[in-house]
Amino acid sequence: MKDRRSISRRSALLLALSSSGALAKGFGGLADKAPGFTIPRPGTPLVFPKDHGPHPDFRTEWWYVTANLTGADGASYGVQWTLFRHALEPNATRAGWDDRNVWMCHAAATSASEHLFAQKFARGGIGQAGVEAAPFRAFIDDWVLDTRDDSTGAGIERLRVFAGDRDFAYALDLTATAPIVLQGEGGYSRKSETGQASYYFSQPFFKAEGSISLHGRKMQVSGRAWMDREWSSQPLGPDQKGWDWFALHLDGGAKLMLYRMRSVEAAPYLFGNWIDAGGATSPLTGEDIGLEPLETIRIADRDVPIRWRVQVKSRGLDITTQPLNPRSWMGTDPAYWEGPIRFHGSHMGEGYLEMTGY
Amino acid sequence: MKQTLWTLAALASHWRRRPGNLGMLLLGLAMATALWSGVQALNAQARNSYDAATAAISGGGARTLGSSRSGLFDQDLFVKLRRAGVNVSPVLEGLVRIGEKNVRIIGVEPLSLPRRSPIARLRSRADLIEDFFSGPGRGFASPETLRRFNLAEGAQPLTNRGQRLPPLAALAEAPPGAIVVDIGVAQHLLDRHEKLSRLIMADDETLDEARLKSIARDALRLVAANEESELDRLTDSFHLNLTAFGFLAFLVGLFIVHAAYGLAFEQRLPTLRTLRALGVAPMHLVAAMAWEIAVLTLAAGGAGVIGGYTLARALLPDVARSLESLYGAQISENLALDARWWFSGLAMAGAGAVLAAASGLLKTLRLPPLSVSRPIAWRAEHYRYLRRQAALAVLALVVAACAYGFGKGLASGFAVIGLTLLAAALFLPVGLAGALALGEHVARGPLARWFFADGRQEISGLSLALMALLIALAANIGVGGMVEGFRQTFGRWLDARLVAEIYFEAATPADAQDVETWARKQPEISAILPVFRAKTRIGGWPVDVFGMTSHETYTAHFPLLDAEPNVWTALHDQDAVLVSEQLARRLGLGVGTMIDVPTSHEEWRARVVGVFPDYGNPKGQLRIDHEKLKRYFDDASGIHYSLRAAPEATPRVIEDMQQRFDGKIARIVDQSELKALSTEVFERTFAVTTALNTLTLIVSGVALFASLLTLSGMRRARIAPVWALGATRSQLAGLEMIRVLVFAAGAAVLATPLGLFMTWCLVAIVNVAAFGWRLPFHVFPAQWLVVLLIALGAAFFAALVPLVRLARSAPTELLRVFSNER
Repeated sequence: MKDRRSISRRSALLLALSSSGALAKGFGGLADKAPGFTIPRPGTPLVFPKDHGPHPDFRTEWWYVTANLTGADGASYGVQWTLFRHALEPNATRAGWDDRNVWMCHAAATSASEHLFAQKFARGGIGQAGVEAAPFRAFIDDWVLDTRDDSTGAGIERLRVFAGDRDFAYALDLTATAPIVLQGEGGYSRKSETGQASYYFSQPFFKAEGSISLHGRKMQVSGRAWMDREWSSQPLGPDQKGWDWFALHLDGGAKLMLYRMRSVEAAPYLFGNWIDAGGATSPLTGEDIGLEPLETIRIADRDVPIRWRVQVKSRGLDITTQPLNPRSWMGTDPAYWEGPIRFHGSHMGEGYLEMTGY
Repeated sequence: MKQTLWTLAALASHWRRRPGNLGMLLLGLAMATALWSGVQALNAQARNSYDAATAAISGGGARTLGSSRSGLFDQDLFVKLRRAGVNVSPVLEGLVRIGEKNVRIIGVEPLSLPRRSPIARLRSRADLIEDFFSGPGRGFASPETLRRFNLAEGAQPLTNRGQRLPPLAALAEAPPGAIVVDIGVAQHLLDRHEKLSRLIMADDETLDEARLKSIARDALRLVAANEESELDRLTDSFHLNLTAFGFLAFLVGLFIVHAAYGLAFEQRLPTLRTLRALGVAPMHLVAAMAWEIAVLTLAAGGAGVIGGYTLARALLPDVARSLESLYGAQISENLALDARWWFSGLAMAGAGAVLAAASGLLKTLRLPPLSVSRPIAWRAEHYRYLRRQAALAVLALVVAACAYGFGKGLASGFAVIGLTLLAAALFLPVGLAGALALGEHVARGPLARWFFADGRQEISGLSLALMALLIALAANIGVGGMVEGFRQTFGRWLDARLVAEIYFEAATPADAQDVETWARKQPEISAILPVFRAKTRIGGWPVDVFGMTSHETYTAHFPLLDAEPNVWTALHDQDAVLVSEQLARRLGLGVGTMIDVPTSHEEWRARVVGVFPDYGNPKGQLRIDHEKLKRYFDDASGIHYSLRAAPEATPRVIEDMQQRFDGKIARIVDQSELKALSTEVFERTFAVTTALNTLTLIVSGVALFASLLTLSGMRRARIAPVWALGATRSQLAGLEMIRVLVFAAGAAVLATPLGLFMTWCLVAIVNVAAFGWRLPFHVFPAQWLVVLLIALGAAFFAALVPLVRLARSAPTELLRVFSNER
């Protein structure tokens, strides 16, 4: 169900560690099976708080937060924070530098006129980066996503997220207003007809509050945030070249996740999930979804669609999305487009759009 | 322009007629340039290698953090800084032994290395970088390093401690002489778990002292980007030494050029006069001659620079090995020089040529068109010349005295030496003229009186060559005396320092304990002396701290320059240290003064109870009580030991230990082997000095030869009248030979006190400033005799060719002198 994420984060690391010339090898490696790594099995119940922590027997996983924010000045802002673990070999979690996990984090802060981003890499095992399940703590250098001091439970209901670089910084308190959402079949998320899968859950019901600072100008902000957790060892198809992914907060409280996987040879593969305001989920199939680029711009020598028509026929949804900042380009290793969007039409609201492989 | 061209053509015809003269000029200029630029090439190569070593890891110009106490610091500090948002990358460096060779291991963390770092650029190659820190890892070494250590790509050599290196891969960017491995691999290979040597800061990292203190308290210190590397500082004196010798050789070479150009000027005087008489303006003459010099510079300078390159290539292995054994510096033996070096060599040749030709050019400018030779006027001219020389000599001496009185350090030491040599050289013709005047005064018989009078006339022509000879001889005596004195002192010092019969290094402290337990039970082993060591830094200078137990080996033999009466009791029972001479001089310490020693915990205040010589060590050294070392330095290596054993039992004990503790003992040597090793280091240190010294002497011999050749042409005019008056040709040739030999002997005699003074300057000023130790002053009369013989030999062979020509010249040639007198 969430294969676009797998590709996104995993290939992000591979791309980060590789030039475009080595990309083929990277994907080639992923097309292999994952010997020595655990494969997700249906019917395995997720256990909390344990599953908030890392899963060293899987090859790859990530902790991902996006937030749509409004400043005290009335302007819109967005932030992204993603920590990614990639095991270079099975049983990668060891003491000291013998650890074979590589951690990577991308952070960005976006306004209508600015899109500032940074990335960090670190090795596991020495305490520079890592994740602990309870109390929940994810960190790389001074960037953190962790449990607030005023939190009482062992879950992820009350978190704080921080990232900062030379030009930007943000610190937000995240407070969940509904329980976490298990994706797919109780957290087992099928990713293709050929049986590839991952474990996957989300917390799309965060209230966010805090501050964001762009070029030293600090602003109080508040809004909504979305957290994704996914882990897998699954290989990918060799012909996938990129994807377009939407995470939408609908006015009224429902959430909508949609993606389109673009393939070199086959027709694009569409999938989605409708989460009502109470947290109940309904999978959406490809026939039900319409994703149509309306306008592209030239950015970093690539043509990137920034305005979309999005349809979910069974729900009567027909909207047009508009980026807060069309130039939300992540010039990281690898580079991709990711930024806050607003939409109008049959439904109103805001969300995040990620587009890779352009 | 056309006139200049024709003038040039007329002048250049001289070289066609006198190819020997041209050859000498080119040879002199080429030799001077070669020696100078060769030395510069060696220096540049070494400095490039130091820079490459730093830059290969950090990308160059990066600020770093190092321990403010002893050598290594805890990895936790790195994590703490990163967690505080400080962008730093860890490095661990150290040596491992593979077979008989020390190999530098540099551990890096590729993900956090600054982007500019050549190693970090590997991040763009996924296959390489993933292999680097997964699986068995990867060891990157430059192709040259692989060759030098005889290692193949993909090989996994075993260290003497029994650890396997990761598979090696060739990588041009790797620093010379080192194997770059992952930080974790390095910690394992070097047995330094969770320890780091330094942290490289990212270019845009703004960490300041206050912030650093708030995170790491005072455990780390900021090292500025432009702060010289330790290697640069340690090797500075070595390179200054080379430069001084290169310059000396260059100057001696210029004497040849001067002599050769002087000859050309003499021989072209008629041509010059004719050209002037034909209406060529002096400026045009000078312009033509300047063109000529430019062409000569290009030809000879170019050849010289190529010669310098060849010379540097020949000396490089020796230089590389002495820098390696002295300072642990790895010099790439692939001589690579940039365009700047080639141009500076040519510029130096040009400057030298102009300097050597200056007097000729000036004379040309002043040349009256209708002048005839004025032989009688030479006497007045000669006295003026001698007075000027004497005045300049006195001036040089006064400046030398000022440099000695007010100057400090190496530069002043070399200035005193240089100025004194110059003063002596300037004084040489004055002294010889005086001696000849005296000889003329007491001589009986016309031929004898002519001999002396004629000698005086010839002094000004020969004086430059004699000066060159004097300088070369004095340098030879001076440097030879210093080296020989050092050799003797060093030998005696080694004997006192290396008293124990067996020295070994265990693989790990635990192995050391095993060996120790075994050794206690051996009747042949009379004492087990642990020599544990730690590193610290005092006044910004790296210092090794050695532990000493209370034993006769030390109390009866350990050489001390100065000490309290009960030095050994004090050392073990009180807060007391022995300091090396270098450290004492650098920090202004003496017996009875206090020193604050940074330890693993806090500073330890101790009294200096003795100063010991520590020749050849670029670092400072402290000797403290063994128990205190263990207490104050957590990372003290517990693996070095000396053993006392009956000398006849030594080979058996060593063999026994090797068999019993194979793998647990990393190195074991007996006394004689260690002495041989140390002496080898010593010999290498001075191999280059000796080579340059010999080359300088050869150049001065050539200078003398060139000068005599110059004079022989002019001599005929002077000898012909004497021959006409009845002296035979062979008689005259004999007299000529005697005169040359007397001149050379005079130079050698003057060179002796001058050389002794130079030795004194070297041991008392230069060595103290450069290395921090002072040698006793030794005198070696046998060397002087050798130098005298060399001088006479050089003069003899130099005089032989012109004299044989004179003795064989047909009477008609001598008669012709009268027909076309200038």
